[in-house]
Amino acid sequence: MNTVFYTTIGYILLAPFVGGLLMGLDRIVTARMQSRVGPPVLQPFYDVFKLFGKDKLTVNQFHNYYLVCFFIFILVSGSMFFAGNDLLMVIFAFIVADVLLILAAYSTNSPYSSIGAERELLQMLSAEPMILLSAVGLYMVTGSFKVSAIVSCEKPLIVYLPGVFLGLTYVLTIKLRKSPFDLSTSHHAHQELVKGITTEFAGPALAVIEIVHWYETILLLGMIYLFFAFNPVLGVVVVVFVYFLEVLVDNTNARIKWELMLKSAWMVTIIVGGGNLFVLYYVLRL
Amino acid sequence: MSFIKKSPWMFHYDGSSCNGCDIEVLACLMPMYDIERFGVINTGNPKHSDILLITGSINRQNEDVVKTLYGQMGNPKVVIAIGTCAASGGIFAECYNILGGVNTTIPVDLYVPGCAARPEAIIDGVIQALDILEEKQKQRKKGKVTK
Repeated sequence: MNTVFYTTIGYILLAPFVGGLLMGLDRIVTARMQSRVGPPVLQPFYDVFKLFGKDKLTVNQFHNYYLVCFFIFILVSGSMFFAGNDLLMVIFAFIVADVLLILAAYSTNSPYSSIGAERELLQMLSAEPMILLSAVGLYMVTGSFKVSAIVSCEKPLIVYLPGVFLGLTYVLTIKLRKSPFDLSTSHHAHQELVKGITTEFAGPALAVIEIVHWYETILLLGMIYLFFAFNPVLGVVVVVFVYFLEVLVDNTNARIKWELMLKSAWMVTIIVGGGNLFVLYYVLRL
Repeated sequence: MSFIKKSPWMFHYDGSSCNGCDIEVLACLMPMYDIERFGVINTGNPKHSDILLITGSINRQNEDVVKTLYGQMGNPKVVIAIGTCAASGGIFAECYNILGGVNTTIPVDLYVPGCAARPEAIIDGVIQALDILEEKQKQRKKGKVTK
């Protein structure tokens, strides 16, 4: 019980620091890839503190309510993950959080915000099947949906689940909203939807969205780590490498249409993810 | 320390500029000048921005647009008029559809002269605007209403 308490508190307190630093490094690496100097490492923190000092421009009464719920559900989802709870529960809490953000964006009635919200729905539709399949894959090898059991499993999960790992890395780009899948909103300057799903959030509300982005990045990278949990050092190295790959892909790809995103993501899910589970079930008889 | 000085987000509106100043504004974001060094992001969204950069003079058609954009920005905010046209109307000042500089429509905090304004001058303008932003933030905290 105590360890659960401490990991929960640890996640809630530490994840923003690690996530924020990761975003800062992301921005510097991005700048260097574009042969620029880039902002300081602490820039994401400066941005968030500044946003808290700005005017509150709330569009309607539901707007902030949904946003607070969004924040709470991401905290619940991430805390459950790092406390070693049920992976399925973590994934569904994560989905609920995303849906609440979409509701907040829809509630504004702004055309940019609404189209951003629709695109976010499509992004979820593309990414979630693969995330659920990876939970199923992890269950088939370890015999448990509990994160604590998966982490303490002696087997090198990556050897059993290379396809699932590849698929999850593919949809990670969609979940992190990085190019070529930054359809709903983007951290880059100028896109066709102003700022998509975050258009109508200003000041403190936008700061909350930024902080949640740090939390969800840590949670998603935690899921990547699960495949290498048998060797923590290797796990951290792979997580850093995967994130670097995300930045590289982000900087070398143009945004694509949603049809291609949906097709490619489901194709990867069925062929790589489904194929992996097929091999596990019929060939290895797990 | 005021965080607003460390993270001024801007967005850029083209009044009726000849595009000369616009190109120079965008040049500030390019690797050569890289204004993101100072934490500046070109957001393209008035609700997320602290600094409004306007190039070109204001005409009868976009007068309301500029007022709306200015109104949508959250306080504290700063308006920078880039180039001669934004300052006074420039060579277009006598045109039948031109109202004049940006200050005919919304309050301007800083003028960056030049035709076209050099990227160095624009960056200098943005950096000077940070002090104005900080001052407005302080007054806001004291409860004084700032424009």
